[in-house]
Amino acid sequence: MQILLVITALAVMASLIADRRKTLMGVRRGLRMFVNLLPTLVVVLAAVSLLMAAVHPATLEHWLGGGGPVPFLAALIVGSIALIPGFVAFPLAGVLKDHGATTAVLAAFITTLLMVGVVTLPIEIRFFGRRIAVWRNLLAFGGAVVVALVMTAILR
Amino acid sequence: MTMGPAAKRALKAVKAAVPWALVALIVALWAYDRFIAPFAFGRQAGAGLWSFTLEMAAFLPAMFMLVGLFDVWVPRSFVERHVGRDSGPLAILWMVLLGTLQAGPLYGAFPVAVALWHKGTAPRNVFIYLGAFSALKIPMLTFEVAFLGWQFSLVRTAVTLPVFIALAYLLERLLPADVTIPEAQDDRAGPGQRAPS
Repeated sequence: MQILLVITALAVMASLIADRRKTLMGVRRGLRMFVNLLPTLVVVLAAVSLLMAAVHPATLEHWLGGGGPVPFLAALIVGSIALIPGFVAFPLAGVLKDHGATTAVLAAFITTLLMVGVVTLPIEIRFFGRRIAVWRNLLAFGGAVVVALVMTAILR
Repeated sequence: MTMGPAAKRALKAVKAAVPWALVALIVALWAYDRFIAPFAFGRQAGAGLWSFTLEMAAFLPAMFMLVGLFDVWVPRSFVERHVGRDSGPLAILWMVLLGTLQAGPLYGAFPVAVALWHKGTAPRNVFIYLGAFSALKIPMLTFEVAFLGWQFSLVRTAVTLPVFIALAYLLERLLPADVTIPEAQDDRAGPGQRAPS
């Protein structure tokens, strides 16, 4: 996290030394993109905050703790929808594991969580357009199912 | 009949207000819990929004600045030669490296991906970058190992890598050859485009 800030600071300084005008143009262009994206971003993050507050961790543990088709499907759906930062998601997965979640369920949850973003779709559409964003998520969902099944076969 | 300019402006104002109204709602719920009566929903929604805000504030401005610098400094020919339409398999390695060495939420990778796209990166390579970023970030793997064990992480990485590379090629095939994406997000104030005059 800090590395990104350090790299950015170094890049801006090097760029300033090389060409002041070009640097200002680049930085302004980048920040303008950020400001234009901000409303979409705020809607999504606020909606996710409300959604996550409405779902109790105990509910997740109830649905995802265990094995079989129902927890597997639930894991795929929850993982696709949820937007959980890694530093929350992995501890949560650890808890699910302690509650008896099988490898298949954990893999389904983690891979969909990482690769599919239903709630961030509005952001993705703004960047890539509807067709690419929707296709990318559909394919990623299929890929996540494949990954989960192959992992189950390997780790059983 | 089309909407009059006044109605259009009003609609636009309402649309612009929605994000901040949602934020205000969450702050109000949080304040209710904090100052009036215990209210778990409000507390959690507030905490969630706060952590997202921190995450966003830490990554995105720096990320976008780098994207802006990339845009002005890196020549299109350079990008096209290494990761363009006619690039070889080595391009996969570059994209995976670029994706795995970063940190942060997936929506932070979109601006980078779009910048790569506009510089002439082949669609498949853009999707490989997004795949590597979403699934294989190295800072995140350390976390995964801690909570799910190295065996789980190793197998997941090994299985996921070929899957998203295959998906990237498949997705490129699914799209028409001349597919375009929306102009860079700065079009709103870009030269000649609805620029405030």
